[in-house]
Amino acid sequence: MDFTFDSEQNDLREAVRGLLERTYSDSEARRKVAANDPGFDEKTWSRLAEMGLLGLPFAEEHGGMGAGPIEVAIVAEEIGRVIAPEPFIEAVVLAGGLIAAVGTDEQKAQLLSVIAEGTSVPAFAHAEIGTRWSPSASAVTATQAGDGWTLTGVKEPVPTGARADVLVVSAMVDGGTGLFVVQGDAAGLTRTGYRTHDGTRAANVRFDGTPATLLGTGGDQTAAIERALTEARIAYSHEAIGAMDTALRITAEYLKTRKQFGVTLNKFQALTFRAADMYVSLELARSTALWASMVQDAGGDVRSAADRTRLQTSRAGRHVGKEAIQLHGGIGVTAEYSVGHYTSRLTAIDHLLGDGDFAAARLARTVADRPTVDPLGAPYAV
Amino acid sequence: MRLQLSPELQAFREEMRTFFTTQVPQEIREKVAAHRHVSKEEYVQAQRALNAAGLAVPHWPVEWGGRDWTPLQRHIWREEMQLAGVPEPLAFNTSMIGPVIAAFGNQEQKERFLAKTANLDIWWCQGFSEPDAGSDLASLRTTAVRDGDDWVVNGQKTWTTLGQHADWIFCLVRTDPTAEKKQRGISMLVFPMDTPGVTLRPIELIDGGREVNEVFFEDVRVPAENLIGEENRGWDYAKFLLGNERVGIARVGATKKMLAQAKEYAREITVDGRPLLEDPFMARRIAEVENELVALELTALRVVANSADGKPHPASSVLKLKGSELQQAATELLVDIAGPLSVASFAEEGSDVPDWARVATPHYLNYRKVSIYGGSNEVQRTIIAGTILGL
Ligand SMILES: Cc1cc2nc3c(=O)[nH]c(=O)nc-3n(C[C@H](O)[C@H](O)[C@H](O)COP(=O)(O)OP(=O)(O)OC[C@H]3O[C@@H](n4cnc5c(N)ncnc54)[C@H](O)[C@@H]3O)c2cc1C
Repeated sequence: MDFTFDSEQNDLREAVRGLLERTYSDSEARRKVAANDPGFDEKTWSRLAEMGLLGLPFAEEHGGMGAGPIEVAIVAEEIGRVIAPEPFIEAVVLAGGLIAAVGTDEQKAQLLSVIAEGTSVPAFAHAEIGTRWSPSASAVTATQAGDGWTLTGVKEPVPTGARADVLVVSAMVDGGTGLFVVQGDAAGLTRTGYRTHDGTRAANVRFDGTPATLLGTGGDQTAAIERALTEARIAYSHEAIGAMDTALRITAEYLKTRKQFGVTLNKFQALTFRAADMYVSLELARSTALWASMVQDAGGDVRSAADRTRLQTSRAGRHVGKEAIQLHGGIGVTAEYSVGHYTSRLTAIDHLLGDGDFAAARLARTVADRPTVDPLGAPYAV
Repeated sequence: MRLQLSPELQAFREEMRTFFTTQVPQEIREKVAAHRHVSKEEYVQAQRALNAAGLAVPHWPVEWGGRDWTPLQRHIWREEMQLAGVPEPLAFNTSMIGPVIAAFGNQEQKERFLAKTANLDIWWCQGFSEPDAGSDLASLRTTAVRDGDDWVVNGQKTWTTLGQHADWIFCLVRTDPTAEKKQRGISMLVFPMDTPGVTLRPIELIDGGREVNEVFFEDVRVPAENLIGEENRGWDYAKFLLGNERVGIARVGATKKMLAQAKEYAREITVDGRPLLEDPFMARRIAEVENELVALELTALRVVANSADGKPHPASSVLKLKGSELQQAATELLVDIAGPLSVASFAEEGSDVPDWARVATPHYLNYRKVSIYGGSNEVQRTIIAGTILGL
């Protein structure tokens, strides 16, 4: 068991941090970028591509770096640290991950290298109104039409759904959920984008007999979707860790400088204790996030590892986010000040692919199956 | 980063598991698992079995019986011991006074005490706290005044755990009342509990047990050679000792065992014909505690793996704080699973209430202590806020 990064991983972290800190040197810079469509900085996106980060998990033959989940985790945490609005997890881990997992060789060759180059920004159109965090689709249906397919129905909210040039869409087919590729300029595709509370973008995406290509060779893709969601949940946990880390650091700084009643706030023990509890939440969540990535890397039971880190990170994110605002007082709820943006992003992360209650309920269903949980090996029989 | 234990560590873990589950008497381990009272003789028997195999004091210097293990090995050793229900080697001996004597005692003291301390030939107790010196330990008032070749000790200690079994006590005493800072002018003395002038009075706790005591000193004469280290440096030794104490205090293995028991019992109790364990609310509650325990175990592994040159990692306060909260959460879970049966605490023969349900509430009440002693959770928050967050 070893939780330390090797030197290449440390170099990666330094490089990503350097780039992102230059772009988002303060919350004002992030706010300016988030104010205009597409909600992220295209130049920064290109720079991420130049560093190879947008192809990080893809195979080298498809223009990627062939890196593993630990490297993805490192990038996600750095993104969270400055809450960079670039859709790394959405485009690379989720949409790109699905293409890499189920696409045909031809599709991979065609679609992945352009993502890696930064010229294509894909989105995964999956969520449907009225269902929660399910791996299957029901509101969009796919119909076979000659050689191809057409899609009908609505997906919403679709993160970066308006900016994306390619959509990976889940849709109901006979006996399950299939995956399809839809070009951004396809006929019968209507996209209405909007701003989300955390400054990123989502869209209503409407299909009306929209031509689509099957991703991969067909059949039910529910398991592949579940797997992609699982991996994205782990990545989001790391993004949340980065965001919490900064929110706590900003809060600690503030307590040391803000004066009330003639003294700085850190003279009030009621406040320092709450900061200490935020630290406890953060570190426990960090442990599970690192572990989940290691489980993924080692090919272990990644689904329950993802649930475990989502539960821990969700609870921690809410705790740290809410307390960060509270300990700032009024300034914490202003848009000019950064800490509220962190809380907003943490709230979005929590709800995109499944919150703590969702993870806890799934874990509860398996609680009777084991005497003990052992993150290192076999459970202990009592 | 690497997930798995190396094959060597897996083998090590297997070796520990086998030893603990086969070489320590089963009756004793069952008592520990059932949260029943373990007698002095049983403690001694268990520790001697460990010591004979070189497993009582692996963290001591090799010269005095230590094993030169990595922090991760020590962690595995401790967890496996707890999971197997082995009474842990007496902390006063093995984590507290032993390491202090090994680090700060003179050669004569090392030879005189260490082997006997490891083998529990001497049972030590800790005389630090006083009625007016709890969290603020440095304000202690018990005095030691030099008189010829002796120190003469007067004052009172309290909360002295298992003092009734103890052969010797290690005490913090004030040797220089004029020192400018109250942390200065404190020394560490050791002496037998049967020294004239020492009296012990048990304190009954809310679970009905009598594990702690008040200890009174009236003109107790302690030979000068029983001073540990240097005069007036006792505070440094106390800090060293308490730092050691915190590392093993997460007690993940013990809590894990309690949760496993909770599941087992919740399977036996039915609600409307269905096992309580299948009640979604109960399952969910267990799942949440279990998940926090996973997070704690992983954090403990991160902390032990990174504790450089034997110094406790600053985040070890997280382990004490969360470790005590989860131990308490598990004991509370057991009471709630017992439900109405939990009121039959002191039922004896003639009652059909299972043993685990009878001990559940006393155990829960007793475990209120874990967030108080060893540096209360408020003290741990102060440490995190001050040394980690710089507040
Ligand atoms: C079962 C048991 C066994 C023990 N065994 C031993 C033993 O063997 N030897 C020994 O020497 N001692 C022993 N102790 C003593 C133990 O270390 C003390 O109880 C502990 O240090 C707390 O001191 P106190 O009880 O006087 O509480 P106090 O210090 O009076 O604290 C009361 C409350 O106030 C809080 N508090 C105190 N100061 C602050 C502060 N600055 N900021 C915020 N909150 C604060 C505390 O956290 C606590 O909640 C034992 C205690 C118990 C309960």
